[in-house]
Amino acid sequence: MTLSHNEIWVLILGCAALTMAIKAAGPVLLGGRELPSWFTRVVVLMAPTLLCALVVTSVFASGRSWSVGAQTVGVAVAAVMLWRRMSLVLAVLVAVVITAGLRAL
Amino acid sequence: MTEGADDGARTAFRRGLRLGIPFAVVGFLLSLSFGVLARQAGFSTTQAIVTAVIVFAGSAQFAMLSVITVGGGIPAALTAASLMNSRFLAMGVALAPSLPGGPLKRAAQGQTVVDASWALANRGDGTFDRWLLFGTTLPQYVSWTLGCVVGAVFGDALGDTHRLGLDAIYPVFFLSLLIAELRDPASRWVAAGGGLLALALVPIAPPGVPILAASAVALFGLVRKPS
Repeated sequence: MTLSHNEIWVLILGCAALTMAIKAAGPVLLGGRELPSWFTRVVVLMAPTLLCALVVTSVFASGRSWSVGAQTVGVAVAAVMLWRRMSLVLAVLVAVVITAGLRAL
Repeated sequence: MTEGADDGARTAFRRGLRLGIPFAVVGFLLSLSFGVLARQAGFSTTQAIVTAVIVFAGSAQFAMLSVITVGGGIPAALTAASLMNSRFLAMGVALAPSLPGGPLKRAAQGQTVVDASWALANRGDGTFDRWLLFGTTLPQYVSWTLGCVVGAVFGDALGDTHRLGLDAIYPVFFLSLLIAELRDPASRWVAAGGGLLALALVPIAPPGVPILAASAVALFGLVRKPS
C-alpha cells in the first residue's frame, strides 16, 4: 500500500470536493420551494431512521460483517446513561473507559 | 429582513452555539483519533489537519483512511467516503425548503450540515431552523480542527487508539442524537425499521450504503395518516 505524499493530497482534495458536492446537491436542486405535505411527513421520519442506522452499523458492523466486542458493552452502558438524561460527555468517557478496560483484560 | 426576524435569528444562533458545545467536546476526541490514525496511515501532520479543515465529515474521513490502510487505492477510498456521505444527500433534500436565497447561497448554507446540527435544527414538523443549524455547527467546526491538530502533532505519544477504546466514541455520539428522537414514541417503529434494514444490508452492500438505504424506511410517512 502506502500512497505517496502527492497521492494523499489528491485523495484529500477529491474527498473535500465530493463532500461539498453531496452537501450542496439537495439545497441547490430543491431549495426555495414550498413543502408538499407528503414531503413533510417523510422528512419527519428521516432523522430517527438515519440515526438508528448510523448507530447500529457503527456498533454491530465491521466492514461487511457483523461483529460484537468490548466496544458493544461500552456503548450499551452509555445508552442507558443517555436514556436517563445523563450528559453526553460523561457517557462518552464511561464508554471509552469500559471499552479500554475490557480490552486490557 | 425585519428587526424581529433578525432578533429571532440571533437568539437561535446563540442557542445553537450552546447546544453545540457537548457535541463539540466529543467531536474534539473523535477528530483527535482521526489525526492519530491519519499519521499512522502515512499522512503528514499538515495533510491530516487540512483534511479536518476542508472535509469536515468524520465518517467519510474515517472511511477513506480505513480503505487506504488496507491497501486500497484513491478511487476506492473516495467511493467509500462518498458512500458514507450519501446520507447528507437525504439530509440536504430534507433541509432544502428551509434555506432561502439563490442556488449558490443555498449550496454554501448546505455545507454547514453535520449530523448533530441537522438533527437539532430539525423542528419536527418538516422544517429546519437554519440559524440554529449554523450556531450548532460553529463550535463543532472549531473543535474538529483543534482535535485533529492535537492528534496529528501528539499522536505518537498516545499510542494505539483501538487499545484506548476511542472507537466507542463514534457510536455514542450518534446514540445521543437517536435517543432524543426516540423520546417520541411515534419515531420508535421507523427507527427500529431503519436499524434492522441497515443491519440486514451490512453483509451484502459496501459500508455506507446500508445507512442511505435505511432512509427509505421514512417513505412510510407517505402512507401514514397526517397527524
